[in-house]
Amino acid sequence: MDGLCIENLKFPGMGPITLRVGPGACVGLSGPSGSGKTRLLRAVADMMPHTGEIFLDGAEANTMPAHQWRRCVGFLPAESAWWHERVGDHFPSPDADGLRQLGFSPDVFSWEVSRLSSGERQRLALLRLLAGAPKALLLDEPTANLDSSNTARVEAMIAAYRRRNDASVIWVGHDPAQLRRVAAIRFILHGGNLVRQASDGG
Amino acid sequence: MEDEQAMQVISLSPIDLSLAALLVIGLALLSIPMRLQLSRQLLVAGSRTVVQLSLIGLVLKALFDHIHPAGLAVVAAVMVGVAGVEIMRRQKRRFAGIWGIGVGTLSMFVSSFCVTVLALTVVIDIRPWYHPQYAIPLLGMILGNTMSGIAIGLDRLTATAWEQRAVIEARLSLGFGWSEAIEAIRREGIRSGLIPIINSMSVVGLVSLPGMMTGQILSGTLPVEAVKYQILIMFLIAGGTGFGTILAVSLGARRLFDDRERLRLDRLRS
Repeated sequence: MDGLCIENLKFPGMGPITLRVGPGACVGLSGPSGSGKTRLLRAVADMMPHTGEIFLDGAEANTMPAHQWRRCVGFLPAESAWWHERVGDHFPSPDADGLRQLGFSPDVFSWEVSRLSSGERQRLALLRLLAGAPKALLLDEPTANLDSSNTARVEAMIAAYRRRNDASVIWVGHDPAQLRRVAAIRFILHGGNLVRQASDGG
Repeated sequence: MEDEQAMQVISLSPIDLSLAALLVIGLALLSIPMRLQLSRQLLVAGSRTVVQLSLIGLVLKALFDHIHPAGLAVVAAVMVGVAGVEIMRRQKRRFAGIWGIGVGTLSMFVSSFCVTVLALTVVIDIRPWYHPQYAIPLLGMILGNTMSGIAIGLDRLTATAWEQRAVIEARLSLGFGWSEAIEAIRREGIRSGLIPIINSMSVVGLVSLPGMMTGQILSGTLPVEAVKYQILIMFLIAGGTGFGTILAVSLGARRLFDDRERLRLDRLRS
């Protein structure tokens, strides 16, 4: 079974959730605030206690050390955090192409993190995540702080990454129009369960 | 001649001590019109000084009269236990359950006892090594300082981890191992526990005369002998504090994560 398979995932207030995201597929996930979208992504990334099994390309999460699992599933939190003084220190190697695609000049790597706007942080956090080449992406509102042109840049970059790497993507978002654009299959999280939405987008 | 000089001790009478106590009482009285609201605390603390030190004096006298490892073990256990509770009390956010008292007490126990026993058996080479005249004061000096170092280090660790949970989790979600994810915070915790002893080693003799050395000189020891013991004590304190703090902060950092390397701040109580 290739791709990301979630089987009977449960934690208090959630599930059981069973969901398969094939290689190169993107599943959209929305729901009211407090419905547990973020917690669901955190559980898939094994950042919080839960029961059930999660497979990535046939390998179950518990069969490998947690940090190795997280390197594979690529969780992007809604709020990015930075710990070094300069932007570039957070990246293993400079990725000039990626910077350009997201609308940055290469000298952003020498900037101080405190100079960044929330939108700049969000875009750079995506680039930082992709630098680790995860096989899946768990995106928590990846364009929440962005204007429409930067939203388009981020959508294009994620789509290109998904196709190039056959990555399985779960995209949590609030904007129905955006989810229709980026995800062929969409769910609403309601009462701790996934409710599939019509595939024509209604 | 020298021996004779070293033996000279002016015994303090209760009247002498009462005169000194007038200082505390005077301070307490002054605090009433100044509304410092400290008079009660001053008197209670002053009374505790008298009672606690008198008791330990009686205990030490009894121990000196009957030199036996069991007596030493009981006194040492009480000292470690009280210090362990004190470490826990000084934590703004402490570990829940047995870990709250366990991390600090275990680290303090291992570090202080190793250093004290090492000093008694190898450095001072007193026979028997459990002779309370050496063991109790040494353990007391080392415990007191190790306790402070561990309390500061652990408090810094848990407070910073709490503040910087987003950074720790961001590092975890990028695939850092738990140890790497908290590395900088653990290092700062250890550093903050060690800096006081480094500072006091730097200024000792120039700015401060340590209480132990002062006491020894006042009670008749030759200054050169008192100095040698003070150097020994400083090194023992540095070792005890340093190794104890490293152990406690490392154990505490591990306890902040579970077996799946998740940050578990729910294991802290404020």
